[in-house]
Amino acid sequence: MSDKILACRCEDVTTHEIEEAVRAGHRDLESLKRYTGFGTGWCQGKQCVALCARLLVELGGDPPDAPITPRPPFHPVSIARLARLLPEGDE
Amino acid sequence: MSAHFEPIAAPPKLLPDRADVVIVGGGIMGLAIAWNLARLGQQRIVVVEKSYLCSGASGRNGGGVRAQWSSETNVRLMKRSIELCSDFATKMRINVWFRRGGYLFLARSDERAKQLEESARLQRDHGLPTRIVDRAEMKEIVPELDVSRFVAASWNPHDGVVFPWPFVWGYARACEKLGVALHTHTDVREIETTNGRVSGVVTSRGRIATDRVLVCAGAWSPEITRMVGVELPSHPHRHEICSSEPLKPFLRPLVGDLADGLYFSQSMRGEIVGGISNAKVPDGIDQRSSLRFLGLYSRALSRAMPVLGEVKILRQWAGCYDITPDGNPLVGDVDEVPGMYLMSGFMGHGFMMAPVMGELFARWLLQGEERELFERWNLRRYRLGKLLSETMILG
Repeated sequence: MSDKILACRCEDVTTHEIEEAVRAGHRDLESLKRYTGFGTGWCQGKQCVALCARLLVELGGDPPDAPITPRPPFHPVSIARLARLLPEGDE
Repeated sequence: MSAHFEPIAAPPKLLPDRADVVIVGGGIMGLAIAWNLARLGQQRIVVVEKSYLCSGASGRNGGGVRAQWSSETNVRLMKRSIELCSDFATKMRINVWFRRGGYLFLARSDERAKQLEESARLQRDHGLPTRIVDRAEMKEIVPELDVSRFVAASWNPHDGVVFPWPFVWGYARACEKLGVALHTHTDVREIETTNGRVSGVVTSRGRIATDRVLVCAGAWSPEITRMVGVELPSHPHRHEICSSEPLKPFLRPLVGDLADGLYFSQSMRGEIVGGISNAKVPDGIDQRSSLRFLGLYSRALSRAMPVLGEVKILRQWAGCYDITPDGNPLVGDVDEVPGMYLMSGFMGHGFMMAPVMGELFARWLLQGEERELFERWNLRRYRLGKLLSETMILG
């Protein structure tokens, strides 16, 4: 059996890739996110951030003060719905 | 599950106490310059970045790289920058997902169409295949576009889009291989001068003695130059972007509408990534997301491409443009403070210009080439009243 263990299922990031990224000097969670891409897929980090943060700390990185900066909308919203947000004439 | 990992993160590197050049800002501009300087033999280069890599505009832009501009200088420079983008992955051994899908600039009025036509003529004079297309051809290029709202478009199939993050990592890694000292999470607190000349940089992690400081801090550049009493005419302005759920590849070019600043493209990840002008945003450093942006963008996008209405937005973010009054950058030396150099004011186009500007700045500083460009874009043009123009500014 392969020892490939997924840390982020949306973006196919493995625990090995997290390890390599920390080894390469990405010691904080935001930097690690940008280097590996975890948390940028469909779930927006709901499934992977806690695990990646824990791995980072175990690997000797900087303990995060908070999770990665949340990116609204917190749930996917259709463009048609968002298009009705503003009154006509507001450009 | 991960208990077998031993702590492996390298401790923070020691900050050198002396450097030949200190570059303030570890965005793509600072890193591209550092790499080019090192390639030309410059020793002891230190790059200091106040946050993590990709934290500023270099990690927050749409990744568009285009040679469709209205000024000869920008056309020439961007032609070279796109060449550099096209073999970046091979040279730097990192996948930047560069895709030459073209740029389609839409015109809603005959007046705008005429402007685009003039720019297209200039671009053709420089060997680009840009041409003006009618509604039928617009429909061929983007079948889902509601072409009834536009009279014509300018089309250059050689423009493209990259994924910005690996571009930054690629330069960062290449810099370190050439011995550049790259220090993230290192904030500049003071720039020291002796007899009016730069003599050192004081950071949150210690002092570096140097007689050359290069300010590549994007929207934060005015804060840095103010430390030595130099007021830049540029100011930060928040710009927001968002991306949708991933879709199968269907959209070839980056589509832009200069009337409302709407632009969008499909990334290699399949997402529709785009933004729009938002005139009501107050000036200043601000990287927060707003609901108003989502409304403006979604309304404009669903009008231009009604088929996208049911597509969902996954996330949004914001970064800061570095706006100059004449839409052209601030580069080269600073008369008032010998030893200080600028590479800022790129308006939100610094990412696409960094590959070529890195190359040119290094040649200018070390070999004295490109004097004319570094004179024309110098900060002193404001004092001399020689302002420039550029009409193809998007977003």
